[in-house]
Amino acid sequence: MKKILLGNEAIVQGALEAGVDFVSTYPGTPASEIGNTFARIAKKHNIYFEFSTNEKVALEAAVGASFSGLKCLVAMKHFGLNVASDALLPFCYTGTKGPTVIIVADDPSCWSSGQSEQNSRAYAYLAHIPMLEPSDAQEAKDFTKLAFKISEKFKIPVIVRTTTRVAHQRMPVQLSEIRKQKIENRKKGRFVKDVKRFVTMPPRVLEMKEELLKKIEKIREFAEKSPISKLSRDRASTKLGIITSGVSYLYVKEVLEELKLDLPVLKLGFFYPLPEKKVKNFIKNLKQVLIIEELEPYLEKEVKILAKEVNCNLKVYGKDFLPQIGELKTEIVTQAIGRLINKKLKIENSLKIENWKLKIPKRFPRLCPDCPYWFVFSAIKKAAPKGTIFGGDIGCYMLAGFPPHNIQDYLFCMGSSIGIGHGIKKSSKQKLIALIGDSTFFHAGIPALINTVYNKSNPLIIVMDNRITAMTGHQPYPGMGETGMGEATQEIKIEDIVKACGVKNLKVIDPINVKELQSTIKRFLKKKEVSVIVARRICVLWERRRKRRKKT
Amino acid sequence: MTKKTFNIVISGTGGQGLITLLQILAEAALIEGYDVKTSELHGLSQRGGSVEAHLRFGKKIYSPLVSLGSADLILSLEMLESLRVIHYANPKTIFLINKYLFSFPGSPPEKEVIKKINRVIKGKKYVVPAYQICKKELGKEVVGGIYLLGYASFKKIIPLKPNSISKAILKIVPKRYLELNKKAFELAK
Repeated sequence: MKKILLGNEAIVQGALEAGVDFVSTYPGTPASEIGNTFARIAKKHNIYFEFSTNEKVALEAAVGASFSGLKCLVAMKHFGLNVASDALLPFCYTGTKGPTVIIVADDPSCWSSGQSEQNSRAYAYLAHIPMLEPSDAQEAKDFTKLAFKISEKFKIPVIVRTTTRVAHQRMPVQLSEIRKQKIENRKKGRFVKDVKRFVTMPPRVLEMKEELLKKIEKIREFAEKSPISKLSRDRASTKLGIITSGVSYLYVKEVLEELKLDLPVLKLGFFYPLPEKKVKNFIKNLKQVLIIEELEPYLEKEVKILAKEVNCNLKVYGKDFLPQIGELKTEIVTQAIGRLINKKLKIENSLKIENWKLKIPKRFPRLCPDCPYWFVFSAIKKAAPKGTIFGGDIGCYMLAGFPPHNIQDYLFCMGSSIGIGHGIKKSSKQKLIALIGDSTFFHAGIPALINTVYNKSNPLIIVMDNRITAMTGHQPYPGMGETGMGEATQEIKIEDIVKACGVKNLKVIDPINVKELQSTIKRFLKKKEVSVIVARRICVLWERRRKRRKKT
Repeated sequence: MTKKTFNIVISGTGGQGLITLLQILAEAALIEGYDVKTSELHGLSQRGGSVEAHLRFGKKIYSPLVSLGSADLILSLEMLESLRVIHYANPKTIFLINKYLFSFPGSPPEKEVIKKINRVIKGKKYVVPAYQICKKELGKEVVGGIYLLGYASFKKIIPLKPNSISKAILKIVPKRYLELNKKAFELAK
């Protein structure tokens, strides 16, 4: 049976078909729908699912479950992997017990990401972790299943790296059977002590590294035989060949079909370890090869090295014709191929009108009508004296940086409004207000808050508590009394944490009381110690959704 | 279908229900036995901002993205947003535009937008007051997009049968909104 699935839904389907037991995540676009889908179906499929406090904790939870023998999936956006990386490297050293797959979604062109245009493929080299790159939703499902198999066979975690155009691509996907586990049979794990395996103390840790490197060579042999890296056509043509992977493959196919070009294409399903023999065989009789990959030229560098061994006259092209910034598209690939075959290629006769000629003003994203943040921003603008520095963080309140608000003077990564704010306050006498969301506060804000108290700086921190992780589509978090599986749990109060960190100036305010909020901001900005306002009012969309949910 | 593939770009602003339209069209294409691919974006920048979604169907589809100048249909839920995706059009592209302007500080007045549309889009275009019609007949603007799907299908602007789109609506739209959506679709007959 075929069903239209979003790439992220296809990953969930693949994990279900593989018989996953334990799923953890922290939401982040373009990976969010993986968690959202599991949140909906985990109970039905008798799977354990959680939204963890952050990606490092999510990965560590999976490490624990894997050590206890369960089959695990962890999902995150690219920046999440930075947070999780501290746990990722030792996990590759110890290896898995229960097979574990990590989904990492990159976002070339930064459609839904600030921070940086991260290419997470580099983590494959850093951590020595096998990495697969699907091109479409069908492969997203198939590669997820294969990743579980590789993990099971070689006792190592495996990353499936998607990009926005894979994660948010829909297509008909061939479904297979999901073997249902009975509620009472839900797999319970058991941790069997094995110090040699789970403790990464030196000198054992260096032995582990040696074992890991050997493992990777074995997986390379597996990759050489794996059908997911394939020659799309075994042509005799030796003039020009193409090597590609991920979504770029789709653009290559599109161009070749449209222009009826007959070029050999090697599509790599494995990014790491690279099936080197396959690549060498492909390039050994070619005159030119074009590497079509998004962002940094990792494959290009690999091919250049391999070419020295088997075909030192080979001309290797890549970033000469393709951008290193921004995602690829068919048009860009058309031009690159066109330049190599000396033809000016055009797919269609465009109207040739660019937006800028039409002078259409930019439509900025904006806060929803009735969003509680309107009140907070307005109070800040009224209360903060001229010259106040405004620290931004990751969440809907990033819109503070757009008109009509324009109150965002720096923006980095999760939790950094406080961390950087502390540094500025230590360096300068200027007033500073750091904004941070409720979920972001739990994710990475707490250590930074403790630092401001411990090292004695005095920013004003406003925790924008809208009772939910709003931006990524309303996921529960530790401050709202509900787990990812919809069970009631202890509600961890932000004000209790703030107090416990030793903050003396603290006030919880419903931002609809703008006057009170304004006067508190003014008062707190004069304090010698750090102060915190918890601006608490529920996200309007979430409130509506919750009411609807209660009715049905 | 005479061409190998049919390419649609849907544009509008975040919150207008573009993704639902995309899902319905994809499902309808599958019902008719086509291969289909779509691409969409999620997240903060979509909140009230400009949004575009792509859908392609045919015998075999590789890229989920419509190339510059290769759209067969541009379906816009907002007038200014129809102009913003004009680079996907060629002289044969059909435009189906909701006669609705979601203004913002600095946006041009409606008259000027319509003037621009008439000046720039010289080929086939339909500017339909879908929101007004749905508001008047059904009391809800929000199903204007579904009305436009009906319009495109009944007028054969899209090579997908009304029956297939109806079936797709049944599959995609949540039960409690189904009646309203079905009505909006039929209204365009």
